[in-house]
Amino acid sequence: EAVGILDVDLCGPSIPRMLSAGRPDVHQCDSGWVPVYTDAQKSLALMSIGFLMEDPDEAVVWRGPKKTALIGQFVSDVAWGELDVLLVDTPPGTSDEHLAVLENLKKHRVDGAVLVTTPQAVSTGDVRREITFCKKTGVRILGIIENMSGFVCPHCSECSNIFSKGGGEDLAKLTGSVFLGSVPLDPQLSTSMEEGKDFMQSFPESATFSAISSICATLLKSLND
Amino acid sequence: LWRGPHTTDCPGTQSEQAGKVSSCEGCPNQKLCASGATKAPDPAIAEIGEKLATVKHKILVLSGKGGVGKSTFSAHLAHALASDSTKEVALLDVDICGPSVPRIMGLEGEQVHQSGSGWSPVYVEDNLSVMSIGFLLSSPDDAVIWRGPKKNGMIKQFLRDVDWGDLDYLIVDTPPGTSDEHLSIVQYLSATNVDGAVIITTPQEVSLQDVRKEIRFCQKVKLPIIGVVENMSGFVCPKCKNTSQIFPPTSGGAEKMCADLDLPLLGKVPLDPRIARSCDEGRSFLNEIPDSPAAQAYQRIVQSIQEYCSNNETAQSTT
Repeated sequence: EAVGILDVDLCGPSIPRMLSAGRPDVHQCDSGWVPVYTDAQKSLALMSIGFLMEDPDEAVVWRGPKKTALIGQFVSDVAWGELDVLLVDTPPGTSDEHLAVLENLKKHRVDGAVLVTTPQAVSTGDVRREITFCKKTGVRILGIIENMSGFVCPHCSECSNIFSKGGGEDLAKLTGSVFLGSVPLDPQLSTSMEEGKDFMQSFPESATFSAISSICATLLKSLND
Repeated sequence: LWRGPHTTDCPGTQSEQAGKVSSCEGCPNQKLCASGATKAPDPAIAEIGEKLATVKHKILVLSGKGGVGKSTFSAHLAHALASDSTKEVALLDVDICGPSVPRIMGLEGEQVHQSGSGWSPVYVEDNLSVMSIGFLLSSPDDAVIWRGPKKNGMIKQFLRDVDWGDLDYLIVDTPPGTSDEHLSIVQYLSATNVDGAVIITTPQEVSLQDVRKEIRFCQKVKLPIIGVVENMSGFVCPKCKNTSQIFPPTSGGAEKMCADLDLPLLGKVPLDPRIARSCDEGRSFLNEIPDSPAAQAYQRIVQSIQEYCSNNETAQSTT
């Protein structure tokens, strides 16, 4: 599968670090901006404002209109090439970035949205509003994922529900959405993300790997249906 | 009609060059600025300056990153400050799209009332009031699908039209980022004295990366930084009592960042499942689990903030 990730979190772009892409230059070619590839096989293409900044600590202090304009360029002017899937990572909220992405993707098909929550009511309380956003903008909800779903102590195997329990499933039931699955809290996942390593390659035996794989399988199936 | 700056390259909507220089190209407000319509100062700024003259201390709670515990911190800072019944405290939630404060304060379903002197905030205690867009929404499913300018307008109303009364502390909870809400709050408070910002992070580099940007934002807009709080800093298993770093501080955590940037680290708060539960149930975990390491860490942090504010008071009264 050839996959692209478009990171439209302009104030807090995390994708470059998580995928170990550093800050290579973004080049122009005849068909537009060349995305940043994570490997020689070009299986994963990325675009993020993180690649356009000289100084990684520089704040992007932009109001809505300028954010909207750049997101438009990210969608229209990046030479993604042939992709099987384009993932769009968004910041929290229901505002300029979200509207900009949808408006620019209107002419292409948007298969749907995956919503991520933690188990707590404080989190699902906001995700309910995100669900309304999808319904109002005509975006199909592919399903809900519950992240940070419990922590298994590596010393004694006791499972602690640090961010409460069950919110993801409850939310799915409440809103008539598909519950795609839960991903546990995993320090190894956190460390892999920090170091830009591929967790799925490094820890295939882990419960976290099973959880993520199963969610992906369900998602791919619903995309192909 | 937005009169504040649009971007950091913006010459300023009130400058001679507004709408006329190269950094204005492509800005949707270019025509408006070039026409001169934006040059008059926004009267709301002076109005807010007057209105909030009876608010002794203003503290913004910021983070570059989402999900680090800003709203949890803001709410509990408010509770802690209000535990002194002689102090008047208010909490303003300017997270327009994701207002969590009502739930955390146990005020879900409350509505705002209008009176002759403006909007009434919602009182949790006699000396603790709250304002959030959450109180203006009729359903927990309502989405606030607003672009920047409309969010800015709401923030202006919250500052200018709410009958806060005389306050010792006004705490402002923000969404993650460095965008409209953050520019607006700073702009609209520019005719008042803001004590400073408390910045929340988790130990991870992925969080610190965004927090460094937030710190740059504060420096750019000349907002003093009271200090940094590292949340979710380790977890003690309730069964075997071993500590795990769930969000490992791969680049040295907030401690190293604060040392590098010469900023105070106000404290480190460990993960405690009872915090999430209290927040979901709208109760203060400072009351529920006062002897927990997390509550104790919070109290120490609150004390540092109080000291900072009273030093400010002394400094101002001697100038």
